[in-house]
Amino acid sequence: MSAIAQKKGFGSALWDWLTTVDHKKIAILYLASGGFFFVVGGIEAMLIRIQLAVPDNSFLSAGLYNEILTMHGTTMIFLAAMPILFGYMNAVVPLQIGARDVAFPFLNSLGFWLFFFGGIFLNLSWFMGGAPDAGWTSYASLSLYSPGHGIDFYALGLQISGAGTYIAGINFLVTIINMRAPGMTYMRMPLFTWTTFVASALILFAFPPLTIGLFFLIFDRMFGANFFDHTMGGNTIIWEHLFWIFGHPEVYILILPAFGIFSEIFAIFSRKRLFGYSAMVFATVLIGFLGFMVWAHHMFTVGLGPTANAIFAVATMAIAVPTGVKIFNWLLTIWGGSIKVTTPMLYALGFIPSFVAGGVTGVMQAAAPLDYQLHDSYFIVAHFHYVIVGGVVLAILAGLHLYWPLMFNTMLSEKLGKITFWFFFLGFHATFFIQHFLGLMGMPRRVYTFIEGQGWDLFNFISSMGAILMAIGVIVLVINIVMTTVKNVPVGNDPWKDGRTLEWAIPQPVPFYNFKRTPLVRGLDTFWIEKQEGNKEGMSYAEPLSDIHMPNNSFIPFVMSLGLFIAAFGALYNGEKAWAVPVLVIGLGITLASMATRSLKDDHGYHIHKEDLMDHKGGNY
Amino acid sequence: MGHDTHVVVAKNKTQYEYARRKRSQTMQMQVVTFAIMIFLTFIAFAAVAAGMSAYYVGPVILLLAAIQVVLQLYYFMHMSEKGHNMPAFFLYSGALFGFTFVITFLTIVWW
Ligand code: HEM
Ligand SMILES: [Cu+2]
Repeated sequence: MSAIAQKKGFGSALWDWLTTVDHKKIAILYLASGGFFFVVGGIEAMLIRIQLAVPDNSFLSAGLYNEILTMHGTTMIFLAAMPILFGYMNAVVPLQIGARDVAFPFLNSLGFWLFFFGGIFLNLSWFMGGAPDAGWTSYASLSLYSPGHGIDFYALGLQISGAGTYIAGINFLVTIINMRAPGMTYMRMPLFTWTTFVASALILFAFPPLTIGLFFLIFDRMFGANFFDHTMGGNTIIWEHLFWIFGHPEVYILILPAFGIFSEIFAIFSRKRLFGYSAMVFATVLIGFLGFMVWAHHMFTVGLGPTANAIFAVATMAIAVPTGVKIFNWLLTIWGGSIKVTTPMLYALGFIPSFVAGGVTGVMQAAAPLDYQLHDSYFIVAHFHYVIVGGVVLAILAGLHLYWPLMFNTMLSEKLGKITFWFFFLGFHATFFIQHFLGLMGMPRRVYTFIEGQGWDLFNFISSMGAILMAIGVIVLVINIVMTTVKNVPVGNDPWKDGRTLEWAIPQPVPFYNFKRTPLVRGLDTFWIEKQEGNKEGMSYAEPLSDIHMPNNSFIPFVMSLGLFIAAFGALYNGEKAWAVPVLVIGLGITLASMATRSLKDDHGYHIHKEDLMDHKGGNY
Repeated sequence: MGHDTHVVVAKNKTQYEYARRKRSQTMQMQVVTFAIMIFLTFIAFAAVAAGMSAYYVGPVILLLAAIQVVLQLYYFMHMSEKGHNMPAFFLYSGALFGFTFVITFLTIVWW
């Protein structure tokens, strides 16, 4: 590969994307596919709100409503929020810790393609006889009896994309443990790296229970097993436990990176060191731990008994403590800072009250007796949207503005960005605040319509109008992205002028090998330190210029994932179509063969020579 | 990080002696652990052969198994050596979580 920028034809550009193992390109792949699924999930949300805008509506039929509701939740959590966050992690973390790539570039690409094919498989259900309809939680007591193949698409699709998530999580753990530049001790790691680290650890421990649960479900539905069937000695509650042992950590997998992004934003735009850095780190780790000890708060009404309910209630309330520590630290970071209200900062400021509201309702639900009232009502819907939209989605939008220049070397329009913020933020509160009251007034969750005259009509209408405001916000954002891409004005490194960490010090566009020489990290916020000392280059170096070892691109991850995608169709139609078993075998065969190829064929990568590096400045795209 | 350059420096006499001594110590520990493990396995078999109550033998075997896992990790998989804090941390966290899950299942699902 030449170090000099070159124009490529469409075919070779496509090939480049399909085979890339570069964390910066994989970041873009994650962002683009996650963004696509975000729009799909958003359209599903709009359909839901249109149906519920007026009583006795017949815009959607009951069955279709269930499918759309299920796919909305599943898509948003597994295919939109998580992948977009992975996009930011890929784009930022290696640069932030001074590494040339993640620890396993090949696995990075494999993780992406597994997610991608899993997501496509799941969504193909729309065109192949109907989508899953048992909710994103897919409780076995419902899902075992759901006719058609919807649930099978859910189980197999999530299994494939889950494998991708798992691989990505391990990759980030190893990267952060092993690839930090000299001087980057654990207690000098920027908060986004820390939260990525803890979120990855949560993935490590939380996904296996989901995998097991999904396998049980697959065996029960497709291969005649009886893990969840009580008439055959199984137990349907086992699914609920396995799902929530995964499910609660999952919500922290989403929110911790969001916390990380906001921590960066508060420090950058208050132009101040993050207040209480070590308390922040400690709180992050503690939340990670407690996150595993609270799952049964989703099951208070199942009848676990007062002892179990009490234990899980107290454990749940305990999480509010480290979360509170974080909130106060952010406030104290802003306090006395020289604040610049840019678009990312605007999102961060909007995030604090929104997330606090979601946390407060969380603690209310954690009181088991009260939860008997709140459970399965619209109050719950309001709660988790306050934490997920008010927390995770605001972070995703803030991160999009913050990291766009890092990923694309252009800057999204601040003006349009602020317009998006106001539409989205006001729309969000209009949609979900009122749902608390709908819940308290008795409106149950997951109903496709409601009867007129119960006092719910107006609030539901307001909620639907709020959703339209959010949609307008997102449309303005899309316009913003298109305009920025068309204008294509390069902005160089440190476009916010107040970058504190290494990712802002690196020249733009980022060279494909990232750092010509490995940087030396001299403290927390190392770029800030260098700038304060008047270092024009923004970095000190830990080594002389020498050859750089790079991995080769590879098509194998794509084929490996494709094999599982094909095999999934075989499993899905098992016992129904004559071709099912052969297809299952062929698919698995493709995957195994590509694994064998990868193991048996040595690929040592290549070296960029010192001489070629000397006069090379920019990136290769 | 120097992932690209591997400089090999020959050991001097003292370093060589030191490495030798270290190795023979490790070897000794491994032999001793191995003997202990055989012995523990023997106890397990003996307990079953002696026809003791299953309520007694079951937990004992589980306990012995746990000890064996620890020995295996520390003396054969080198966790007793320096620089294994992270693996140990993750292992213990995982064990703690796993333990919590099993206890919950035992107490509120199956009993
Ligand atoms: C202070 C922190 C939090 C507390 C105390 C808390 C507490 C709870 C409780 C007790 C429930 C169960 C309610 C029920 O079904 O009856 C619940 C549901 C839920 N929470 Fe939270 N939560 C917190 C933070 C979060 C965060 C950060 C997220 C996501 C980013 C989240 C997402 C959800 C979701 C998705 C559900 C609903 C799941 C479902 O039944 O479909 N929560 N929360
Ligand atoms: Cu939870």
